[in-house]
Amino acid sequence: MRSCGARSRPAAVVAGVIARTPLLGLSGAVVSGSPNQSARCPTPPGKGRGRGRGSRCRCARGGRGSGRRGGPRCAGAAGRARRVSPPAAVMIHSLFLINASGDIFLEKHWKSVVSRSVCDYFFEAQERASEAENVPPVIPTPHHYLLSVYRHKIFFVAVIQSEVPPLFVIEFLHRVVDTFQDYFGVCSEVMIKDNVVVVYEVLEEMLDNGFPLATESNILKELIKPPTILRTVVNTITGSTNVGDQLPTGQLSVVPWRRTGVKYTNNEAYFDVIEEIDAIIDKSGSTITAEIQGVIDACVKLTGMPDLTLSFMNPRLLDDVSFHPCVRFKRWESERILSFIPPDGNFRLLSYHVSAQNLVAIPVYVKHNISFRDGSSLGRFEITVGPKQTMGKTIEGVMVTSQMPKGVLNMTLTPSQGTHTFDPVTKLLSWDVGKINPQKLPSLKGSMSLQAGTSKPDENPTINLQFKIQQLAISGLKVNRLDMYGEKYKPFKGIKYMTKAGKFQVRT
Amino acid sequence: MAASPAYGEEKGGSSSLGEPEYGHDPASGGIFSSDYKRHDDLKEMLDSNKDSLKLEAMKRIVAMIARGKNASDLFPAVVKNVACKNIEVKKLVYVYLVRYAEEQQDLALLSISTFQRGLKDPNQLIRASALRVLSSIRVPIIVPIMMLAIKEAASDMSPYVRKTAAHAIPKLYSLDSDQKDQLIEVIEKLLADKTTLVAGSVVMAFEEVCPERIDLIHKNYRKLCNLLIDVEEWGQVVIINMLTRYARTQFLSPNQNESLLEESTEKAFYGSEEEDTKDAKAEAASLAKRKPYVMDPDHRLLLRNTKPLLQSRNAAVVMAVAQLYFHLAPKAEVGVIAKALVRLLRSHSEVQYVVLQNVATMSIKRRGMFEPYLKSFYIRSTDPTQIKILKLEVLTNLANETNISTILREFQTYIRSMDKDFVAATIQAIGRCATNIGKVRDTCLNGLVQLLSNRDELVVAESVVVIKKLLQMQPAQHSEIIKHMAKLTDNIQVPMARASILWLIGEYCEHVPKIAPDVLRKMAKSFTNEEDIVKLQVINLAAKLYLTNSKQSKLLTQYVLNLAKYDQNYDIRDRARFIRQLIVPTEKSGALNKYAKKLFLAQKPAPILESSFKDRDHFQLGSLSHLLNAKAVGYQELPNWPDEAPDPSVRNVEVPEWTKCTSREKRKEKVEKPFYSDSEGESGPTESADSEPESSSEESGSSSSSGSSSSSSEEEEEEGSGEQSEEKEEEEKRTKRKEKEGSRKAALGSVASEEEEGARKAKKKVSQGKKSHTETSSEEATASESSSSGSDSGSEGDAKQKKPLSSRAGPKEISLLDLDDFTPPPPQPVPSSNIISTSLVTDLEGLTLTDTSLAPTLLSPAFGTVRTYELLHRMAGEGLSVEYCFSRRPFPGDPHMVAVQIQISNNTDTEVKSLRVSEPKLLSGMRIQEFPEIECLAPSDTASVVMGIDFCDSTQAANFQLCTHTRHFYVSIQPPVGELMAPVFMSENEFKKEQGKLMGMSEIMEKLTLSEKCRSDHAIVQQVTSAANVGRVPCGADNEYRFAAKTVTSGSLVLVTLERRQGAAAQLTVNSEKMVIGTMLVKDIVQALAQ
Repeated sequence: MRSCGARSRPAAVVAGVIARTPLLGLSGAVVSGSPNQSARCPTPPGKGRGRGRGSRCRCARGGRGSGRRGGPRCAGAAGRARRVSPPAAVMIHSLFLINASGDIFLEKHWKSVVSRSVCDYFFEAQERASEAENVPPVIPTPHHYLLSVYRHKIFFVAVIQSEVPPLFVIEFLHRVVDTFQDYFGVCSEVMIKDNVVVVYEVLEEMLDNGFPLATESNILKELIKPPTILRTVVNTITGSTNVGDQLPTGQLSVVPWRRTGVKYTNNEAYFDVIEEIDAIIDKSGSTITAEIQGVIDACVKLTGMPDLTLSFMNPRLLDDVSFHPCVRFKRWESERILSFIPPDGNFRLLSYHVSAQNLVAIPVYVKHNISFRDGSSLGRFEITVGPKQTMGKTIEGVMVTSQMPKGVLNMTLTPSQGTHTFDPVTKLLSWDVGKINPQKLPSLKGSMSLQAGTSKPDENPTINLQFKIQQLAISGLKVNRLDMYGEKYKPFKGIKYMTKAGKFQVRT
Repeated sequence: MAASPAYGEEKGGSSSLGEPEYGHDPASGGIFSSDYKRHDDLKEMLDSNKDSLKLEAMKRIVAMIARGKNASDLFPAVVKNVACKNIEVKKLVYVYLVRYAEEQQDLALLSISTFQRGLKDPNQLIRASALRVLSSIRVPIIVPIMMLAIKEAASDMSPYVRKTAAHAIPKLYSLDSDQKDQLIEVIEKLLADKTTLVAGSVVMAFEEVCPERIDLIHKNYRKLCNLLIDVEEWGQVVIINMLTRYARTQFLSPNQNESLLEESTEKAFYGSEEEDTKDAKAEAASLAKRKPYVMDPDHRLLLRNTKPLLQSRNAAVVMAVAQLYFHLAPKAEVGVIAKALVRLLRSHSEVQYVVLQNVATMSIKRRGMFEPYLKSFYIRSTDPTQIKILKLEVLTNLANETNISTILREFQTYIRSMDKDFVAATIQAIGRCATNIGKVRDTCLNGLVQLLSNRDELVVAESVVVIKKLLQMQPAQHSEIIKHMAKLTDNIQVPMARASILWLIGEYCEHVPKIAPDVLRKMAKSFTNEEDIVKLQVINLAAKLYLTNSKQSKLLTQYVLNLAKYDQNYDIRDRARFIRQLIVPTEKSGALNKYAKKLFLAQKPAPILESSFKDRDHFQLGSLSHLLNAKAVGYQELPNWPDEAPDPSVRNVEVPEWTKCTSREKRKEKVEKPFYSDSEGESGPTESADSEPESSSEESGSSSSSGSSSSSSEEEEEEGSGEQSEEKEEEEKRTKRKEKEGSRKAALGSVASEEEEGARKAKKKVSQGKKSHTETSSEEATASESSSSGSDSGSEGDAKQKKPLSSRAGPKEISLLDLDDFTPPPPQPVPSSNIISTSLVTDLEGLTLTDTSLAPTLLSPAFGTVRTYELLHRMAGEGLSVEYCFSRRPFPGDPHMVAVQIQISNNTDTEVKSLRVSEPKLLSGMRIQEFPEIECLAPSDTASVVMGIDFCDSTQAANFQLCTHTRHFYVSIQPPVGELMAPVFMSENEFKKEQGKLMGMSEIMEKLTLSEKCRSDHAIVQQVTSAANVGRVPCGADNEYRFAAKTVTSGSLVLVTLERRQGAAAQLTVNSEKMVIGTMLVKDIVQALAQ
C-alpha cells in the first residue's frame, strides 16, 4: 500500500510540471477567463437537501449536493454576468434512475452535475400521485424541468434546463429502456446494478452533450458489446473486454441501422404478424368501440446486405402505418410493398391500424352477473366466457382480471376450470382460464362478502380480458410473399400470425 | 457499502490473473475499508502496468460515479491513463475525465495533448471521438483550442467528423459565449453541408447558439426541406421545429382568407377525410378569387416534404410534423395529422399524456379534425387518472349537437367510476357540455341534480358547484330546480353541498319566495349542529332574506345572528357581527347600511365554463411551454405571420450552376429510390474517402445517379396526385420562373430546366412511344407502370422513355436485382455482369480528397458553359430549327451512351406532327437510342428531348434522319472529343499510379501559352472542364492542375495534366490509351486555353 502511494506521488508531481507548460503555452488572453470560475453561484437550484426523505439522505451522504458540487451546475443560470444571455441549452442534462422505494440507484450527467436534490420535486409529485403511473411525466421546478417515464418499476427521470419538445425526451427515455431490454434481456433494477458499467457506457454513447447520438441498437452493440454469459467467461480467461475493439463503421454507413459484416450459417428471416384488439364492450354485450392495432415484428438473421420485399394480399386493409426507418416509404406509397434492408436481429418492421370502417370481429363474449344488494353483506358473482367469431381457431391463454370495489372484503368463488386468485389488499381478482373449450364453457361462480355497514358500490367492476389466438390475424391481413435480393443464398423464411387482446374491457 | 457485490465478482476475475496483492485485498471492497484506503487501492491498480488491473479499477470508479459517489480525488491517477492503449480503459478514462475535468482544471490540461493528437488521426472515428471528448471537457482555458479544433473539424472531409463538430458548437458556446461570432461562422459553413448526417446536428447548434439569425437559413432552406426525410429521427425533430419558426416569418398565412369564415362553415371544411378536402379546395379556390393568395412554392415544399414523416415510428417526429401542420398548413390540410396523432395514443402513457394535451388544444380550434376519431378518446377503466382527465377534456371539446347524446351516454358510465377524481372531472365536463350546447342543458341539469344524492362528498360537491354555475346562467327558468335543491337540504349531509344549496337559495330567493324563509327556519333549528361552512352560508341566507323579505324573516335572522354570536368559531362570530352592522339599521350604522342590498344582492356574473386549453395555442404546440402553459426557459416565441411576404428570392441558391442543374435533371429521372438514398448520393464520395470499402454498399452504386432532390421531387409528384390543381398552378409558376431564368442557349441550368419542361410535354405524347418500348423492356417497364399512381408528371414519362434501354443493355443485371428503384450504373471501366461489384468499383473510384468531391461520382456535369450546336438550321428545316448540346449527364438507359440533348423549336405557323428519328446511318459499333416520337409540336413551341448515342469513342458523326409527318431532314451529330468521356474522381496517388502506366506512346505533351484571361486558377479549370468533360483531381502542387475522365464506351482512362511554368507558359500532358482521343483532346484544350 505504502509503496504504491509513494509510486503515485512522483507521477502527480510530474503531472504538475507538465501542467505548467501547456498552461503558459495556451494562455495569453485566455487566462482572464479562469478567475471567473470562482464567481460561480454556489447555491443549489433545488430546495436544498434538508427536505429529503430518510432514504434519500443516505444517498446524499456520498458527498453529493454540497455547495462545491452545486457550483458548476448553476453556471448557466446565474454564472458570470456576460453569460446570462444564452440559456445553458442542452437537451437532456442528466438522468436519474429511481426505483419503486425512492432510491436513486444510478445517475448520469451529460453536462455539469445536477445535484440529486432536484429529485425531491419528483418525490413530492410521486407522493401526491396515488399510483406510480399517475406521476405527471413533466414536473417543473424552479430551475429545471423533470421529465420522467415509468417502466419496469423504474422511474427514468431526465433533467432538462430549457425548452425542448417534451416528446423528444420522453421518446428518447423509452428508447433507452428499449436498449437496456435489448442488451440485458430484462430491464430491472438488479440487472442495471449488475451491469452498471455497460449501462453507463451505453448512456455515454447514446447522448452527446444531451443530444441523441447513436440510438440504433445495432450500432450501439457494435460500440459496446452486450454482456453474455459466454463472453463473461471468455473475458475472464482472456482478459478481453466488452468494448468492441474494431471501430464501428455502422454510424458511417449508408444503412445506419445495419451492422456491417454480418455472417450466419443458417440464414433465416421470421416475421410475426401480431394483431391486438382494443375494445370496450358495454353491459349488454354490444361493442362500443373496437379497433385493431397490428405490428409486424421481425427476427432477421441474414448474411451480408440482403434487400427484402414483403408484399401483402390485401394491403388496402392497413389504414395507418408507421415504419421502421429502414422501410422505403416511396415504394409503399406507390405499390404498397414493403421494401427494406433489414437491421440485424429483432426489430419492429411496421405497426399499423386497421381502418375503423371495417367491422371488427370480436372473438369472445363474456356473460356476467355481478350484483350487490343494498343492506346485505353478500353479493353474487358469476362470469362465463365463450367463443364468438373465432374462424375455427381455439382461444388460448385466456385471463380475466377485474378490479373489485373497495367494499369487497373477500370472494368465495369456484371456477369450472383454471385457477383464480383474489387479493384482499389490492382488491384485484384474476382468473387464469387457459383454453376455451366450446363444448364446456369456463365459468367462475360464487359470492362476495362486503364490508358490513357500507352501502352497495356505485359501479360494477370492469372486466379486463386477455386472450390469444394462434395462426390468425383477425383483420384478415395476409402476407403474400417475401423476396430477397442482393444476396445469393436461399434464406429460410417464416411467417406467423397471432391475434391477442389489447385493451379489451367489458363493462358490467 | 463500498463496492457492491456485483463488482466483487469482477474482482474475482481479475484475481485469477495472478495479482493477489491487488485483486484479493479484502480491504478494497470490504465494508471495513475507509474511503481513503479504498481509493489508495484503486490508485495502485491504476498505476500498475497491467491493462486488466487498470480496467478493473476504472470499472469500479465508473460504478462509483454512476451511483453518485465522489471519485474526484482519483483524478491524477486516472488522468495518466488517458493515453492508454487499451481501448476500453481509454473509454472509461474519457467518461471519468468528462465528469471531473471541470473540478480539476489544471490536471485536466494534462490530457489535452492526447486529444490534439487524436484530432490529426487518419481514422475519422478517432478524430471524431477526440473532438467529442475535448469539447466535453468544460475547462475554460482550452476554449481557443476547442475553437480551433471545431473550425478544423468543420471542414473535415468525413461527414461524421463534421457532425461531431456541429455537436461541439453548443458545448463551446455554453462554456464561453464570447465565441458566438466565430461559432456562427462555423454554423454557417456547416449549414451549407449537404449530408444528412450533419444537417440535424448543425440545426441543433443553430437553435442553441443563434436562433435569431434566421437569415442563415434562407440559402439552405430548400436543401433542408429536401434532406429532411433522410436525416436521423432526432435531427428531424429539431429541423422541423426550426422550419416552423422560419416559415412563420417568411411566408404569408395560408388562412388569411378563411379567417373571414364562420366557425360553422369551418366544420364542414374539415370533415377531414380525403374526399372533403376537395370540396374544401374548391371553396378555398373561390375564396382565393376574392383576395388572391398564392402559396409560396417553398411553403408548399415544406408541407409536402414533412408529410411522410407522419408515418415515423418516433412519436416526437410525428408530433413535430403535427405542430408544423397546425401552425403552417392551410386549414383544409391540417386534417391529415389527426390520424397520426390518434395512433400515438396507443403508445406509452407518457406519450399519450403529451399528445392528449396537444390534441386538447387543437380540438378547440379545429374540432372537425378529430371528430371522426371520437371513439378513440373513450376512456378505459385501466387508464391512469391523468390520461382519463385529458381524454375527457378532448371529448368535451369535441362535443357538438350531433354527437352529444353519445358523449353523454359515455359520461354516464364514467360517473359511476371508482376513481373519484375522475368522476369529479366528468361532472365538470358535463357542466361544460351543458353550457356550450343549449339543447342538452336541461338533460344535463337533471342528471346532475340526481347526482346530488350521491354518497360521495366529492361528487356531490362537484355537482352542486356545477349546478350552481349552470343556474347562474339563466336562474329564472330553473326555479323548479332550486326548489328541488331546497328539498334536498333534508337529506344531503355533505356540508359543502348543503352550503352550496343555501347559497343558491339565498342568491335566488326572489325566485323561490315561499320556500326560502322555510329553509331558513329549518336551518335555524339545526344551526348549532351544522358544520362551519354551512353556518356561514346560513348567516348569508338570513342576511339576504332580511333584505328582500324582512317581514317574514326578521325574527329568524335575529335568532340566527344571535346563535352565531356565541358560536365557538370566531370566523362565524365575526361574520355575524359584521352582517348585523350592515343590514340592521341602527343609529350608529353608517352609510353602508343604505347599500346593503346592493352589496349582498349584486348581480353576479355567470362563471364561464371553458376549457383550460383555450388559447394555449399561442405557445408552439408540442413544446414544453405549451405543456406547462407557461413560458419555459429558452422558449422561442412562435412569430406571427408577416403581413407582407418577405422577398422569396433570398432562398434562391445561385451557387454553382451545376448543383442546380443536377438537381433539376435528377428530378426528371423518376426512378424509384430507396428513400434514404439521398444521403449516400450526397455524401457517398466523401464518406468513402476514409471508411473501409464495405461501408459503401451496393446502395451507393445505385444512388450515385440519384440525389437528394430526386427523391424529394418524386415525392412532389406523388403528392401532387391528390392536389393536382395546385400542382398545375405551381408548374405554371415553375415554368414561368424558368423562362425568366433565362436564355435557352448558354447556361446549363436553363437548358436543364427547359429540358424538363420539354419532357413534361413529351410525356403527354409519350404514350405511343411507351407502348413500343414496353415489349422490349420486360420487368422494368412493368415495374414503372405499376408504380405510376396516376400522378406522373414529366419525369415519369422521361424515365419510362429511358428505362427500356437499360434492359436492353444489361438484362442480366436487372434480373439479378429486380429492383425498379435501381438506377443503371454510370460508365464502367470494365463491363461487368454483376452490379454490386461494379458499383463498388465506382465507389472506390470515388475515393477522393478534393472539395469538389461533394459532387456524386461520375455524375456531375462539370461546371462551365455548355456549347450548343446546330443540328438543323431554321432555313434548312423549313421553319423547324433543331439545336443540340451535350448535357454531360450519364444517359440513364445505357452507360455507354453519350446523352445528347436536343431542342426542337417549331417556328412555322402550323403544327409539326410525329417528329421522330429514323434510318440512322452509323458506322459499325455505333448505336443510337432515339428519343420517343413527339406527336405534335404546336407553332412557336419548343420541345426538348434526350437521345443517347454510343460513338464508340470516335469522333465520327452519327448520321440519321429527322422526320416529321411531311419531311425528312438529313442531320448528323459530331461529338467534340471532350464529350466522349465522363469525369472520374481519383486521388492524387491513384492519378500518379495510373499516369505511370500510361507513359510513352500513350503520353502526349504540348507546350502552350496561356491567354490573358486564363491565368487564374478558376479560369483554367473552367476552360478545361468546358472543353472536355473531365473531373478535377486534387493536386499537391500549386502550379499543376489534374483532371481525369474515362471514355464513355470503352472506359479507358484519360488523364490531363496542366503544369504552369513561368509567366504564361504552360505544359499540357494527356495520357490515354486512345491516342487519337488524346491527340485531339490536346488540341482542343490548347485551343481553349490559348484563345
